[in-house]
Amino acid sequence: MQLQLTEDQRLLRDSLDRFLADRYGFEQRRAHQRQAAGYNREIWSAFAELGLLGLLLPAEQDGFGGSFVDAMVVMESFGRALVVEPYLPSLLLAGRCISLAGDAAQRARLLPGLIAGELVLAFAHAEPQARYDLADVETTARRQANGWVLDGRKSLVQAGASADWLVVSARTAGATRDANGISLFLVPRGAPGLVLRDYATHDGLHAADLRLDGLRLPADALLGAPAEALPLIERLVDGAIAGLVAELVGIMSALQALTLDHIRTRVQFGRPIGSNQVLQHRVVDMTMAIEQARSMAILAAIEADAPDPRRRRLAISTAKTVAGQAATQVARDAVQLHGGMGITLDHPVGHYFKRVAAIEASLGNGAHHLGLVAAGGGLANALP
Amino acid sequence: MDLQLSPEEQAFRDELRRFFDSAVPPAIRAKVRREERTTKEELVAWQRILHARGWAVPHWPVEWGGTGWNAVQRYLFREELFAAGAPEPQIFNVNMLGPLLLAYGTPAQKQRFLPRAARLDDWWCQGFSEPGAGSDLAALKTSARREGDVFVVHGQKVWTSTARHADWIFLLVRTGQFAKKQEGISLLLADMRTPGITVRPIETIDGANEVNEVFFDDVRVPAENLVGEEHQGWSCAKYLLGHERVGIANVGLTKNRIRRIRELAARVRIGQGTLLDDRGFAERLALLEMELLALEITQLRAVTAHAGHESVPNATVLKITGSALQQRAAELLLEAGGPLAIPLQPAEPEEEIATPGWARMITPTYCYSRAATIYGGTNEVLRNVMARSALGL
Repeated sequence: MQLQLTEDQRLLRDSLDRFLADRYGFEQRRAHQRQAAGYNREIWSAFAELGLLGLLLPAEQDGFGGSFVDAMVVMESFGRALVVEPYLPSLLLAGRCISLAGDAAQRARLLPGLIAGELVLAFAHAEPQARYDLADVETTARRQANGWVLDGRKSLVQAGASADWLVVSARTAGATRDANGISLFLVPRGAPGLVLRDYATHDGLHAADLRLDGLRLPADALLGAPAEALPLIERLVDGAIAGLVAELVGIMSALQALTLDHIRTRVQFGRPIGSNQVLQHRVVDMTMAIEQARSMAILAAIEADAPDPRRRRLAISTAKTVAGQAATQVARDAVQLHGGMGITLDHPVGHYFKRVAAIEASLGNGAHHLGLVAAGGGLANALP
Repeated sequence: MDLQLSPEEQAFRDELRRFFDSAVPPAIRAKVRREERTTKEELVAWQRILHARGWAVPHWPVEWGGTGWNAVQRYLFREELFAAGAPEPQIFNVNMLGPLLLAYGTPAQKQRFLPRAARLDDWWCQGFSEPGAGSDLAALKTSARREGDVFVVHGQKVWTSTARHADWIFLLVRTGQFAKKQEGISLLLADMRTPGITVRPIETIDGANEVNEVFFDDVRVPAENLVGEEHQGWSCAKYLLGHERVGIANVGLTKNRIRRIRELAARVRIGQGTLLDDRGFAERLALLEMELLALEITQLRAVTAHAGHESVPNATVLKITGSALQQRAAELLLEAGGPLAIPLQPAEPEEEIATPGWARMITPTYCYSRAATIYGGTNEVLRNVMARSALGL
């Protein structure tokens, strides 16, 4: 049993936190967001220099190896700084997808560019009607002479409009919600028949809706075995959820620090408002919530790539539910304790609040994951 | 990071399991599983079994009967003990008197009291709280006046658990008046048979009378029973309250309670299925299990931390979260019981009523669970302490 960060992991965190303190203050972040893509490609390159973009990719694919615990460290730091660069879709979803399912040529075409910070990747799986059902894919891919033709719609594709390449799921067999029949394809930006509609999301990120209108792809665009992609998609999404849970921990610790600072310095009725017991207890309760969420991030990181999918899903659903609940509590109380400042965009606390809401709604909210676990008979000591 | 036990830890756990499987008397196991109160005789019998195995007081030094186990092993011992339906060792002897004497006792006191405490030859109770000194323990008034080689103790203690069974009491008394109320407190050991001691049971809302008032009417305590320095008893008390927090989250107890809820809910028929098929109930239960798992990992993070590690969850976090989950489990138990929770079971078995016997502890468990956020420092006082010490407010 070993539940502490290694020396290397602490160094990774400390150097990343130093970088973010230097380059990712609240006003600097606004400047990053104002760039055309909605984030800063220079920061993206700097992430590559820090070795972050080769994380989770094996050494034989020129990655830096690394575990989900390393990814947890990175995502927690990103959470503290509210990083908007598309690390999660590029690396944890699309990059890992290519690494796990791609053939040698596909990996050679894309992974070195990702690792070097030259490419941004996106993962286009969700569809407007699907909510949280990962098997709900209406987009179709028909085999044609020398290739494929894709038709359909994708939605909420983070960094979809700025990505150099997209991993797109489409049905090559079966009905809309069948587990079998889903395939994955590599699509370059600007492919004829691909129409992108970029929009901002409430948490300050960018996403795109995709229209695939007779999108023609060569035969070698197929990523992995045809019709069998759902287990891989579930595995990737579970890894991404592990990342989101770690991000929540970073956000929560930043919110508590902001709140502490505020109630120590804000004077009303002639004394700091932090001298009021009712406010003190709210901030103490943030500590309980953070510790529980941190334990969930650890569980998610440890189990994110467990060989038994049922065990993995139980752990991930547990982590998403408990950490989401804890973060919602902390975000709500942080806004409350900031008073009027908490609901302005001039103060960081509201930005964290919105990111928590978006994470809670992403990849299955607490109600969804709790329902899954309960319907499966609860945990009943199946974990750890 | 790794949540799996190492091969050595696994072997250790298997050894614990083998022992508990065969060593826990079935009648005691059944009672513990239902959260019925064990009798003094049962607890003494169990402590003797542990003592014979060398596991009566695992965290004491080896020379006083301890095991030399590390924190993970002590943690596993406690978890396996609960999982096997074994009673928790008598905490006043094992977790309080022992550490107290080991830290502050004279060689003669250790020799006289520790071996008997480890075997439960003497049953100890704790005289700390008073009617006017609860969370504000240092406001205690029970006085001890020095007369030659005795202290004459006068006053009253309250909430003294198991005082009726006790042979001895360790108690805080006021030996002097100083500017700070924490000064002038001393810690004494008193034989409960000393003339002038009266015990009056208090009936609690769970129908038990385990807690008591203890009255001291000019009770003469030999001065050799002073622990530590005269007037310095407060530091002993503080030391005790900060000692051995491995079990403070009571994860094992809550797990046991959840197991009962599952068993009970599986017997409750709802429509074509059971209560476990009810979506709302199943979700409340699953959420409790999830949060308990989070707490278990939080606790393991504390257990496996070494000095110098950062972000170690502190004992107060474990106590506050743990007690809240214990209570949630008790509330869910009551919900599962439904109308079965209402009757007070008759004491005599021949007066059997329609409600099954296994339901009899539902409401007492629910009622007594409220104490979890009160004893050992109310959760509100603990939050005050955390605000001051951990957050600097």
